[in-house]
Amino acid sequence: MSDAAAAIEVRALSKRYGEFEAVRGIDITVRRGEVFGLLGPNGAGKTTTVEILEGYRARSGGEVSVLGHDPGGRSRALRRQIGIVLQSGGIYGHITPREALRHWAGFYPHPRNVEEVLALAGLQAQADVRSRRLSGGQLRRLDFALALIGDPELIFLDEPTTGFDPEARRSAWETVRRLRDLGKTVLLTTHYLDEAQELADRVAIVKDGRVLAIGPPRELGVGASHYRVAYRDRDGQFVEHQTDDPTALLAELTAAALARGERLEELSVGRPTLEDVYLELTAEAEPLSDERRPLAERTSSAGEADDG
Amino acid sequence: MAETITLGWRQYRLERRMFWRNPSAAFFNFLLPLLFLAGGGAILAGNQRELDKLLPAIAAMSVMATTFTALAYNIVFLRERGVLKRIRGTPLPTLSYFGGVAANAVTNTALQIGIVILAGKLVFGIGWPDDWPELIVFVLVGVVSLAALGVAFAHAIPNFESTAAYVNAVFLPVVFISFYVFDSSSAPGFLRQIAEALPLKPLIDGLSGALVTGSGIGDHLDALAVIALWGAFGLYFAVRGFSWESRRS
Repeated sequence: MSDAAAAIEVRALSKRYGEFEAVRGIDITVRRGEVFGLLGPNGAGKTTTVEILEGYRARSGGEVSVLGHDPGGRSRALRRQIGIVLQSGGIYGHITPREALRHWAGFYPHPRNVEEVLALAGLQAQADVRSRRLSGGQLRRLDFALALIGDPELIFLDEPTTGFDPEARRSAWETVRRLRDLGKTVLLTTHYLDEAQELADRVAIVKDGRVLAIGPPRELGVGASHYRVAYRDRDGQFVEHQTDDPTALLAELTAAALARGERLEELSVGRPTLEDVYLELTAEAEPLSDERRPLAERTSSAGEADDG
Repeated sequence: MAETITLGWRQYRLERRMFWRNPSAAFFNFLLPLLFLAGGGAILAGNQRELDKLLPAIAAMSVMATTFTALAYNIVFLRERGVLKRIRGTPLPTLSYFGGVAANAVTNTALQIGIVILAGKLVFGIGWPDDWPELIVFVLVGVVSLAALGVAFAHAIPNFESTAAYVNAVFLPVVFISFYVFDSSSAPGFLRQIAEALPLKPLIDGLSGALVTGSGIGDHLDALAVIALWGAFGLYFAVRGFSWESRRS
């Protein structure tokens, strides 16, 4: 526990609820200034982990350091430096966003300007509307605003865009990017793969209370060095190849197609998405070993599910 | 410490503002006891002996409504809505938060008792309180005890939808038994024993001494002890069982 560059260090963290082990030995290091994503299906132990880091729950085992503090000690010094967006944090029904932010600002030694935060969260138009009249998306933006008012070093976002429409998601993502630009550290839990891919510098894929993989979204997992070359063949069948050398493969494929006087319809070259890695890791059933073949050919039906 | 007090004061002011903006809370806190007072006053008009009993009974009921009932409602609501959990994640000291919440309840009690006393003076032909120190002591001990019991009781209420059922299942029987035993000298012995063991009847006795009969604190030390014991019991469970978040989440 000595890495000064680390905002969060978690070693062998475990949490039991009676017989049930929600977290079974998680190790994570979140560096200062990075957006770190905890990605996993519901019940994976993401929220339990984050709530231990936030100081809401006591851990059963392991070591945890958040900005140099043990969150279990619930020190005010730590809570002054963190901002929390809970999955289900409510607010007084009769308070307006401006009043709430003014009140919350009083909790912190160096709060941000209320008007500035209202603008950052896109709540200027609703600044004086009672919260019970706000829409779900507007309330979620108020969650963001309240987490940011204390100008925290570290921000916890637990499923921050669940229930958002696409536009609201984009704007929430924009807010997270701005936080990173300001040098803040963000720990994000999500079950949206695109969200992790868009926002996170590094991702830990969590399932059944364990970390299955950890790394930058683009380099995650066994498929990291593989490219996928896909096209539709003469019979309309979707064909996909995996390779480490797309240049050679493309030359080979295109030469053969040209020689036959054909076109490779819908030709595309891509790298495996986080989704591919995620589905492989969380599915468990499919062994990954034969992926190593440089020219593994695999036929699959077109139009895969586009979201977790 | 200075900061804890400042933050507590800010919390108190927020609680006041939120209270006045919530019509249903204002109703439960103010209107209900006043309706009892007006209704009872109309029925008992002209019967000074009964009116003398009605006033301290309503005053004690007001203490219970503004503390026990109001806090049980509030805590369950804030817990189930996730407000408590959110506050728990901020640097606001727990003491400041509960100081503000408790001061809010005390203010409501003081306002309510003030209204009852005023009604006694202007409408019921009862003079100003005979024993101010006794009034203050009983109201204070009553507030602390019943507020603690309200917070402790909130822990037993599983969700906001059932709060009214839980609270009334306690509030109404306690009020009826206590009123009945206080009013009727022929109440059955076992009922009397139950009422004397509960905190409301002793509170009525103390307030009756302060507001009407003029019998001093010395005559009501037993009553004070019963209320204080309930307070100790309530405080223990209020602190020990306190839950900052909904069990459903």
